[in-house]
Amino acid sequence: MIRPDAKVLLEVKGLCAKVGGVEILKGIDLTVRAGEVHAVMGPNGSGKSTFAKALAGHPSYEVTGGSVAFDGRDLFALAPEERARRGLFLGFQYPVEIPGVSNSAFLRLAYNTMQAARGKDELDPLEFDDFARGKMKLLDMDPGFLDRSVNDGFSGGEKKRNEILQMALLEPRLAILDETDSGLDIDALRVVAGGINHLHGPGDAVVLVTHYQRMLNYIVPDYVHVMGGGRIVRTGGKDLAFELESRGYDWVRAAA
Amino acid sequence: MMSAVVATHPYIEALLKGHEMPRGGISWLDERRAQALERANALTVPTTRDEEWRFTDITPLTKLRFRPARATPQLAISDLSRFLAPEATVHLTFVDGVFAPELSANAGLPYGTVVTSFAAALHTHGAVIEQHLARHAGFEKELFAALNTCHLRDGAFVWVARNRKCPTPVQILFVSTQQETVAYPRILVVAEAGAECTLIEDHAGLGDEAYFSDAVTEVAVGEGACVRHVRVQRDARAAFHIATCAVALAKDARYASHAVTLGARISRHNLNVTQQGEGSEVRMDGLALISGRQLADTHTLMDHACPNGRSRQLHKCIVGGAAHAVFNGKIVVRPGAQLTDSAQESRNLLLSGKAQVDTKPQLEIFADDVKCSHGATVGQLDQEQVFYLRSRGLSPNRARNLLTYAFGAEVIDRIPVPSLIEQLGEMVLARTQVVGDA
Repeated sequence: MIRPDAKVLLEVKGLCAKVGGVEILKGIDLTVRAGEVHAVMGPNGSGKSTFAKALAGHPSYEVTGGSVAFDGRDLFALAPEERARRGLFLGFQYPVEIPGVSNSAFLRLAYNTMQAARGKDELDPLEFDDFARGKMKLLDMDPGFLDRSVNDGFSGGEKKRNEILQMALLEPRLAILDETDSGLDIDALRVVAGGINHLHGPGDAVVLVTHYQRMLNYIVPDYVHVMGGGRIVRTGGKDLAFELESRGYDWVRAAA
Repeated sequence: MMSAVVATHPYIEALLKGHEMPRGGISWLDERRAQALERANALTVPTTRDEEWRFTDITPLTKLRFRPARATPQLAISDLSRFLAPEATVHLTFVDGVFAPELSANAGLPYGTVVTSFAAALHTHGAVIEQHLARHAGFEKELFAALNTCHLRDGAFVWVARNRKCPTPVQILFVSTQQETVAYPRILVVAEAGAECTLIEDHAGLGDEAYFSDAVTEVAVGEGACVRHVRVQRDARAAFHIATCAVALAKDARYASHAVTLGARISRHNLNVTQQGEGSEVRMDGLALISGRQLADTHTLMDHACPNGRSRQLHKCIVGGAAHAVFNGKIVVRPGAQLTDSAQESRNLLLSGKAQVDTKPQLEIFADDVKCSHGATVGQLDQEQVFYLRSRGLSPNRARNLLTYAFGAEVIDRIPVPSLIEQLGEMVLARTQVVGDA
C-alpha cells in the first residue's frame, strides 16, 4: 500500500559493500515507507542477497560506502542484534541449523529478547508454547516443530516456514525476506505467502528478495526493483515482474 | 605400621609418611594394602616423559604442601543440598575422605540391595568384597591406584543381588573442605547376574581449597546385569584430582558411563573397561568443560577381550581461557574378539585462541572380522550460527553461550537422572558465561 505521507522506514543512499575483498554492491538507492511491499529481483550474482545480508549486519559483508537510515537512525552504527531489536528482520535464504538447541527454547529466547527491548512482558515456557502454537497454525506447521532442534534435519520448505514463524513471533517493522520462495512447492508457497500477507500491515514494510516472479502472484508488490551489477537498474510497479518473467534477465546484464 | 622403604619422591614420601597403615585385622585386606604400599614406594611419579602422561604435567601437585587432615568440619545436610540429586534418595557422603553417616541416607532399601560403607559391609559381605576389591583396578604400575589402595580405610560399597533392581539412583558424594589435605575416595560396585542399578559418583569441593583427591572406583557387572554410572567431577578450581575407574563386564552385561569434568586445576580420569564375556554392551560418554588455566586429561581404555562386544564412545571437550584438555581413547580388540562393533568419537570446541586440546584415538585391533570406527574434530563456534542468533536479537555473549551449551547438551541429555541434566545444564551455562567473558 503506497501512501506518500507514510513514515520512511528505510533510506538507502549509494550503498557500496565488499565480500572477501570483492566489491559487490556499487551504489544502491532505495526508499521504503511503512505499509509498502518491495520486490528486489535480478539475476544470480546481481547482489540481491549481499544487499539483504549487509542490511542485517552479517560480519562477512563490509560496507565501504553510502548510508542507510533505518527508522531515522544510522543503521551501521547498530550491531546486528540491535538492528533486530529495533525491528529489522532478515528471513534467511539458507536458515542455519543449530543441533542441540530446541526450536522452542530458541524462539522463546528471541521472542523474550524482543519483548524486553520493547518494554513488554516476557512469556514463560508454557505461555510461550501456547502463543507459538497459535502462530504455527497460520503457517500450517505441526507443533512438533517446537520440540526439534533449530532447523536441524528440516526440509528446505520446513526451514522457510520456520523463518516466517519467527517473523510472525517477532513482529518486525521491516522484514527482508531473502529468497523465501526457493525450496517451496506450490502448496507451501501459497501457505507461506498467505502468512506473510496476514502479518503485513500499514505500520510495517516487507522487502522480498527473489529471483522469480511466482511469489509475487500471491504477494502483490507496490514496487519492483531490478538489480544488476550491484545497482538497482530499474524500478517499476508490479507489472515489471511480469515483464521480467517474459523477457528474462539478459537485458539487465546489458544494462548493468 | 610405617613404611621403612624410602619413597622415590619427596611428595610421595610425605603422603606415605603421613599415614598409618589402617589395620582391620582382616588378613586379606591387610595383605592387599601391604602389596599396594610396596608398589607405591617403588613406583615413580609420572612425568611428561612417560607416554601415558605426555600432555599432563603434574609437577604442581608434587609441590603442594602436605598436611594431614584435621578433624572433619561439622557440615549440615543443607551445605550439601546443592550437590544432591533429589532422585537419589539413597546417598552416602564422605567428607575429606571420611564416611559421614549423619550426612548419608541408606535406609529403606529393598532386600537384595546394599549401599553402605566398607566398615559395615566387611562384616556382612566380606566374601564379595574380597573377591572384587583391588582386583579390577590394578596398582602394579599405577602409582595413584597404589597410593589409594594402601590407604584403603573406608569407602562406598554398592551391591545388588541377582536379578534385583536398585529402585533409586545411588549417589556417592565425596566432598572436600580442607586446604592441602589428601583424600582417597573409593567405591566398589558389584551388580550380580541380571541386576540393575544407577550410580552417581560425585566429587565436589565446598570452597576454593587446593587439595588432592586420589580416587579409585571398581565396577563389576555380572552376566546380563546393567550398571549406569554417572560421574561428576566438580572439585575446587585449585584442587588436584586423579582417578581410576576399572569396569569388568561379564557375558551380555551392559555398562554406561556418563563422565562430566568441570573442576580441579589438574585432573586425570582413567576409565578402563574390560569385556570379559561375550556380547556385552558399553557406552562411554564424556564431557570436559574447563577454562582459566585448568587441565583435564581423560584416558580411556576399551578392552574388547571377547566376541560380539559392542561399544559406543562420545567424548567432548569445551575449552576456554588458557585451559588444556587431553583425550586419549584406546580401543583394543583382542585376538578372537570377532564381531566386535566399536565406534569412538572425540569432538572438541575451543572457545579462545589460547585454549588447547590434544586428542588421540588409539586403535589396536588383533581380530579380523570387526567393525571399528573413530573420528576426531577440533573447532570453534560456527560464525554463521552466531550471526543467525544475533539477527534474532540475542547478544553475542548470549549467542555463544547458547551454542556452547548445545555442544555439551548431547552428552548431558543422555544422563539417566533428570535433575542432574537440569543442574549440569545450568552449570554449563553459568560456566560458559564465565568462559565467554574471559
